[in-house]
Formats: sequence, structure tokens, C-alpha cells
Amino acid sequence: MGDYRGVDFYGLDDLLTEEQRMVRDTVRDFVSAEVVPIIAGHARDGTFPLELVPKLAELGVLGPTLPEEYGGAALDDVCYGLICQELERGDSALRSFASVHSSLAMHAIFAFGSEEQKRRWLPRMARGEKIGCFGLTEPDHGSDPAGMSTRATRIDGGHSLHGSKMWITNGTIADVAVVWAQAESGVRGFLVEKGMKGFSAPEMKGKLSLRASVTSELVMEDVEVPEGNLLPGAKGLGAALACLNQARFGIAWGSVGAAQACFEEALAYQRTRVQFGKPLAGFQLNQAKFADMLTEITKAQLLCHRLGSLKSAGKAAHAQISLAKRNNARMALDVARTCRTMLGANGILDEYHSMRHAANLEAVYTYEGTHEIHTLILGAAVTGIEAFR
Amino acid sequence: MKLVACVKRVPDTASPVRPAADGRSIDLGGVSFVLNPYDEYAVEECLRIKDARGGEVTVLSASGADASKELRHCLAMGADRAVLVKDAAVDRDARSTAALLAAALKGMPFDIAFFGRQAVDHDNAQVGLIVATLLGLPAVAEVSQVEVGSGAVTVRREAEGGIEVHEVPLPCVLTAQKGLNEPRYASLKGIMKAKKMQIEEMALEIPDSLLDVLRMEPPPPRPQGRVVGEGAAAVPALVRLLRDEAKVL
Repeated sequence: MGDYRGVDFYGLDDLLTEEQRMVRDTVRDFVSAEVVPIIAGHARDGTFPLELVPKLAELGVLGPTLPEEYGGAALDDVCYGLICQELERGDSALRSFASVHSSLAMHAIFAFGSEEQKRRWLPRMARGEKIGCFGLTEPDHGSDPAGMSTRATRIDGGHSLHGSKMWITNGTIADVAVVWAQAESGVRGFLVEKGMKGFSAPEMKGKLSLRASVTSELVMEDVEVPEGNLLPGAKGLGAALACLNQARFGIAWGSVGAAQACFEEALAYQRTRVQFGKPLAGFQLNQAKFADMLTEITKAQLLCHRLGSLKSAGKAAHAQISLAKRNNARMALDVARTCRTMLGANGILDEYHSMRHAANLEAVYTYEGTHEIHTLILGAAVTGIEAFR
Repeated sequence: MKLVACVKRVPDTASPVRPAADGRSIDLGGVSFVLNPYDEYAVEECLRIKDARGGEVTVLSASGADASKELRHCLAMGADRAVLVKDAAVDRDARSTAALLAAALKGMPFDIAFFGRQAVDHDNAQVGLIVATLLGLPAVAEVSQVEVGSGAVTVRREAEGGIEVHEVPLPCVLTAQKGLNEPRYASLKGIMKAKKMQIEEMALEIPDSLLDVLRMEPPPPRPQGRVVGEGAAAVPALVRLLRDEAKVL
């Protein structure tokens, strides 16, 4: 399989168990063989590689941490992080698909759904037969979800949902949307199904980032959602935010994957491209860039590993997840941009991956809590004073 | 059907391979090991036969080093059993390796023993066929297609200028050619299942290696290319050199 070996300057492989390494290597080989060759074409055409979904399901990366009875592989948090890292080495769009499907939609159903809801949806979502999305963000409420305008009004036998969501990954291709709405009893989560009367999910066009991902609007015009589709365990906004923590954890790892992909690409290029009679990698200006990037990637990897241990022990605080998401997304964006410069003019062609990663990481920097919001979360954690209230 | 895939742990061909300080072995620093790619075709074919007709797939390896990672990979792909014959010799010749594997196979009834056509470390391409000889079984090397009938298999192999078709009675020995199939990925569920499975260790009388490695040295560095000129003007000089010096014209 591909020669990609990743960056491991600090021997962090030693921190992994044999199974964790096998999981990482399996997903890595899959990405080398199935994703890297086709992803630039999808990004160019603005299409999501839907043909990969059955393969991802067969591999077992959809809902991998869930118990086997719901179709998962009962993997630990570090395995999940490693899966995200390898998928995002291919493209952030693919990792976004997996994050939203697994960490947001499946996790919400698993954590807050009834037994019947879990049995109905999770095994089929794990097999990739049904795709999930997660509707929290609204056109006018991004960083401040508490102010959401989507309303759930009680009707006979359930609720009627009215409002719209925006920036919803997988929206148009999803069979089930976990939609958060303001009900009489506070914020509640609902399973809105494709084809329900009054529900539509038009795709948003014109993105310059995550071009191989489907991003949609969810429009709910008095959608009647039966009582059986209300998530009984999700009471209040905290439930939705708990799902985001799952996804942010994956983003912290995924960003490192994207950074490593760019680093490897720039290194391979600079070793072979000769100017002034020697490889570009032999010039001090370039070596300084490599040294800086290597240091930043290694630091980010260490954050991930420690965060993985904390999460496995059930001790990862949301501010700790924020720190890793904030640092690693920023780090990856910087690395991708730097690597683009190190590819010279070739770097602007989509034959090379770094510029696509850089463009993707612009979205990663901003979604799942903007860089700035995570800054304020850390500010609040340090000072005890919330700057955004 | 009882299927046995014999597999070997080999250095990843992407790893740098250098002679060690003793001048007789490989420097293992920085070398990562993988399942021999040809053996992966053998494992996959066994799994496909099992998927189609039922049965059991055993993977068997004789190894001087810890091959549990490679065996576990096979279990994660879907093999039912993994058997490891621990061998004190780090490296041995094809004949004694085959003797070791043949002794192990005598203790496990099988319909097909499948090998990769060769291991990508020494590239001998001998072990599977010697095993068949030692066990007195029919063998076909480098098969590119396998059809299982009742009591026999029909196999195809590419020969110069055509395709050979053989019918072979069971039990038999086959070695897999590249392209026999496309090996599956180990699924993540398979990895977790394999984690819980035991690798059975088999103690056997270990034959001496018949081969002594006296010396290993890297190939001489390839001499630098020579630029004889540019464009059409270079042609006469190039032709002269190809004729007089390289003597290929």
C-alpha cells in the first residue's frame, strides 16, 4: 500500500496499543488506496464521494466507538482519534462526513435516544445504509446557539417544527437529521426524517472550502414530528453541546492528519526539486520551515495523545477539548499554508494536496466553535469570567 | 473445507534495508515488518473459498521473531485460527523452512495449503513447492484463478503465451500470483475480535538451516549518468558510445 508513514518524531507509536496501531494502519492504507487518488477530482467538481460510504461502513469507521449490539466496533477514544487523523489526511471533507455522521448524529441517538430509536437507526447508520446530520447552527445563531429561533410547538401526538438551520454537513444526503429546537420544556432534540412533509434540505453552493463535502440548509415549515422521534434523554442545550465535544475531540486529531499530509508532500517535493544545483530542502530558509512545522505537529500530537487518555478515563473537560481543537486547527492551517509556499507555483495546482487542505482548514478553523469562541472558553476557564455573556 | 494459508513476516519494501554491523544480517533499526504481500493474496483466497463454501481458515507461520502482529492481521481479516511455530533461527533457507512447515501441516488436516508465490525478502519462490514435495501432494505455483469443485480444484496460471488450466485433486498445495484477488481490509470490528483471540504456539523439532550466510554487502553504488550533449547534436556521440563502449548496437 502507499508509502505514507506519517510524522512520528517523538516515537508516539510507543504510546499506542497493538490494536490502536492496527486500526490506524488499516484506515491509513484505506485512505492511501481509496481516497487520495480520487479526492482532488471531487473537490474540483464540488461533489462528495458518496461511493466511499459503503466502503467506510465495511471498514467499520461509522460509529466505531459504539457497542457491537448497535453496529459499532466498541473502539476506544484514541482509536476514534486515530481514525479521524487518517481520514483527514485524505481530506477534511471526509473526516467531516464521518465526524457528523458518527460523533454528532449517531452519538446523539446513542446518548439521548430511546432503546427503540437506537435499534431503529444505529445499526443501519453503522452499515452506511442511512446517513445522519446534525442541525444546531442557524442563519442568525452560530456561536450563540442558545438564542436559536427554531421552535417546536406541541401538537396532538408530537411536535410541529418551524425554523431553519444552516451550515449542516451531510444535510442534503441525510436520511435523518438530529434537529435542535426550542420547545416549551427548553431546547430539545428531534429526529427529523427525509421526506417528512414540510422538510427540505437544499445544498449550499459556492464554497471555496470543504468542496468534497455536502453542506446544506435545513428548512422546516411546520414539520409534524411524532412523539417517537423526540430524543427523550436530551433536555436542554447541554445535550447538544455534549455532542459537539465528541466532534471537537475528533477535529483535534483530524487536523494533525491534514498537517502531516502537507508536511510529507512538501518534504517529498523539496527533496527532489533542484534549484541552484541543490535540492530545495538543502536551503536554510526551507529547513527553518520544516523545523518549525515538525515542532508544531509534534506538540499537537502530544496534545491529542494526552487528551485521548483523559477522555478514555472520562476526565476530559470541555475547556481541555477546546484547547486542543483551537491549537490544532490553527496549527494545521498554518502548516498547510506554509507547505503550499514550499511547493512553489506547483502548489496552486490541485495535483498537489496542500492548497486543498489549506482551503479546507479555513472551515475547520471556524466550525465546531470558531477559533475565537474557543479562545473565550479558555479565557473563561482561566479567569472564571465569561467574556461572551 | 479446511484451508491453511502459510504466511511470512517480511520487511516492508518501503523500509531502508542495510547490512548490519556483523556483515551477515540485516540491520533491523528503522525496518518495519508487514505480512508478505503475496501471502495476503493466499489468505484472501482462503477467506473467499470459506465465504462461498463454508469451512475454516487457519494461518500458519514459522518465525524467528515475533510474528504475532502479522498473524493478528490475518485474524482481523477473518481467519479462524492462527498457529505460530517458534523458530530459533532468525533466517533460514527455503528447504529447512519447508521442512518445518511440512511438519506443522502434518498435524493439521487440510484440503488446500495456500502460499504466496514468494516472500519479498529473499524472493526464493521455493517454500510452497518444497512443502508439497515433502508431503507428497500435487502443487500448482502462481495460480491466478481458483475454482473449487468436489474433491478437486481447477486452477489457472499464466504461462508464456497462454493460460494453463489444471485440475488438481485435494488435498493440494497452491501458491498465489499477484492479481489472484484484491485482499480485503481488516475491518475495525475484525481487529477488536482478533485482539481477543489466542495465537496458538506449536513446538516442533527445529531442523538446522542448510544455508550459512557468510557475508552481506550493499550493491555497489550505481555510477553517475553521463551527459553527452543536448538535442539532436548529441545523437552522433550517443550512437558512437552505445556502439563502441556499451556495445549494445
